[in-house]
Amino acid sequence: MNTYIVLLILLALSVLNFTLGKKRVLAAVNGDMAGLHSLPNHYGWFAVIFSLTPSLFILFIWMVSHGHIIDTILIEKIKATYGALSDFEINVHLSDIRNLANNDAVSVAISPELREAADYYDKLRVNSFWAAALLAFGIMLGASAYIAKLITPTLRARNHIEQAVRFVLVASSTIAILTTIGIVLSLLFETMLFLQHVAIDDFLFGLKWSPQTALRADQVGSSGSFGALPLFAGTLFITFIALLVAGPIGLLSAIYMTEFASDRIRTIAKPVLEILAGVPTVVYGFFAALVVAPAIRDFGTYVGLDVASESALAAGLVMGIMIIPFISSLSDDAITAVPQSMRDGSLALGSTKTETMLKVLLPAALPGVVSAFLLATSRAVGETMIVVMAAGMAANLTANPLDAVTTVTVQIVALLTGDQEFDSAKTLSAFALGLALFIITLCLNVVALYVVRKYREEYE
Amino acid sequence: MNIQAADTNITTDREPKMQARRVNVFYGDTHALKDVNLDIYADEVTALIGPSGCGKSTFLRCLNRMNDTVASCRVKGVMTLDNEDIYSKQVDVVQLRARVGMVFQKPNPFPKSIYDNVAYGPRIHGLARKGDELDEIVFTSLQKAGLWDEVKDRLDTSGTALSGGQQQRLCIARAIAVNPEVILMDEPCSALDPIATAKIEELIDELKGHYAIVIVTHSMQQAARVSQKTAFFHLGNLVEYGDTVEIFTNPQEPKTKDYITGRYG
Ligand SMILES: Nc1ncnc2c1ncn2[C@@H]1O[C@H](COP(=O)(O)OP(=O)(O)OP(=O)(O)O)[C@@H](O)[C@H]1O
Ligand SMILES: [Mg+2]
Repeated sequence: MNTYIVLLILLALSVLNFTLGKKRVLAAVNGDMAGLHSLPNHYGWFAVIFSLTPSLFILFIWMVSHGHIIDTILIEKIKATYGALSDFEINVHLSDIRNLANNDAVSVAISPELREAADYYDKLRVNSFWAAALLAFGIMLGASAYIAKLITPTLRARNHIEQAVRFVLVASSTIAILTTIGIVLSLLFETMLFLQHVAIDDFLFGLKWSPQTALRADQVGSSGSFGALPLFAGTLFITFIALLVAGPIGLLSAIYMTEFASDRIRTIAKPVLEILAGVPTVVYGFFAALVVAPAIRDFGTYVGLDVASESALAAGLVMGIMIIPFISSLSDDAITAVPQSMRDGSLALGSTKTETMLKVLLPAALPGVVSAFLLATSRAVGETMIVVMAAGMAANLTANPLDAVTTVTVQIVALLTGDQEFDSAKTLSAFALGLALFIITLCLNVVALYVVRKYREEYE
Repeated sequence: MNIQAADTNITTDREPKMQARRVNVFYGDTHALKDVNLDIYADEVTALIGPSGCGKSTFLRCLNRMNDTVASCRVKGVMTLDNEDIYSKQVDVVQLRARVGMVFQKPNPFPKSIYDNVAYGPRIHGLARKGDELDEIVFTSLQKAGLWDEVKDRLDTSGTALSGGQQQRLCIARAIAVNPEVILMDEPCSALDPIATAKIEELIDELKGHYAIVIVTHSMQQAARVSQKTAFFHLGNLVEYGDTVEIFTNPQEPKTKDYITGRYG
């Protein structure tokens, strides 16, 4: 007997509840549906929801808490048997007891005390399971009996179900929101720790990024320098190059798709363009590193320019290709959303398609287009794989697209790969960078939303 | 191009502004208009009436080739403007639409200022060389559309912020601003209340001296009030066409009679 079987039985009981609830209420009105407040199925679901939920809740509570409670009891027992022990020794004892109970390998010779403790552990486990299972069944049956009384033709089962649905929806969105808040808080917390090592203005405005800290105090260069400006500059530079590529191409292809392409071309070309969005970024990454970067370097050598084998240009170009579908498909949506009557109105005045596009459709679709650009930008700012592979690691502060630059995301990856102390300034700086990046993209998204709201055209 | 009067049963001593001869229109396999012959005269209002789906809008949209924008639509037959075939290869659609303007069923002002709405056409066609010329065009168009007094203090507010009736008059002003010869109106009052409708009808009456006007309407009273000629369509056929007074007092075809007396839906 295990948890799954308990679950199955509970489910079976609630199916029974469903049929019974339905039958009972139909019988109460002699099969005349007009006498019911809700549909028969609503009564069935009412019975299921309000009998299954409490029993499942008990089972859930048991599942998440019984391990911890049993451990606490065992620790008391260990302390009683062996006297004062360190946390480490207690943990060893605990795992020995558990292993013995599960017939796994044990680190010490099996003493009678250990045997006894293992048996005790097993007993606790089994008893708590039965207690939980019986409690769940009891609640199930009790609830069923109570519901059987509740279910009368005048019961507003449909409204109660509505409430239950609403509760589920609220719970889901609460989880989503709480997770976000949790992530932000942990970023904030670690950043605070980092700022105890490094002053905030050194971090935000320092020009030198070399985060290696010494492992031992006697090593040279024991304190790194954490000026993140070159990283932000590199991020913005690559993003800028990417937008130079993706902006015109994305927007123009959106214009072509919506207004100029024939239906046949559109049905083929649009999905193809959207496939670009489905290519994993790591594929773009090695495309950038193995094809584009060498091509740029070779071309540079050919015309006599000094080009690094990893360059901002290569990463920016490929990232631009990556974000084309964001811009084109969101702009496409925005342009398509402009009502046909605007096109008709403009064409009927004797303007060409191009004039209609420039003077009516684009201005009307502008909020959508702007937010497409902003979303693509935040995508580019947060992009990691391509820059890791193609832009390099050197934290140069440069405006030359042929130089190697590095970005915030690349440095976060570099900081956290390999073995790290968790509380060194080096590791903590990753959180600070993450937080800064988060704030940047958040601002972009907020601006995008604001633009869309503020300038939303009322076509009617 | 010269079309023999003998081709049709229409005889008149005046030269029509636009002519349709043996016009057939298909949407894919749907035969929407069948052998339609119709003349449209300058300084007159021609009303197109008929039950829903009979092809009134289709005919109207053929007159300025707005049907070109419908991929499945094919137009056969001859349509002329001042005796020139508007479907011939030499004709520039853009110029044609500047000469034959259109007002739609639902008011569709651009989400721009009132001024820019009216100035849109003149700017596109380069009708004004200087700013004050453009001001002048905007002023006269709004004046002719009977909207000037209501909007003269807020020319830079959005056209979409006007009431429905004002929006429709703005659309008429916008059409007038490019100085068309013909104005097509597809149920211009169907989204408006009776007072706004009365204003538009008054306006049509004033405009008819300057432009040939073709109006589609579902209201018999409206057709009787504003038009001089009426054409009754039924299932893609032009059933009867003639002077409005004749059609409404003495219809030749039983179908026409049924329709205008309300016996036909
Ligand atoms: N874009 C289109 N594609 C396919 N068929 C169309 C299209 N537009 C119109 N039709 C068909 O052509 C016929 C005539 O339509 P039309 O819009 O001209 O009617 P109407 O007389 O204007 O009707 P209403 O009074 O309802 O506006 C109808 O059968 C309609 O279904
Ligand atoms: Mg119509």
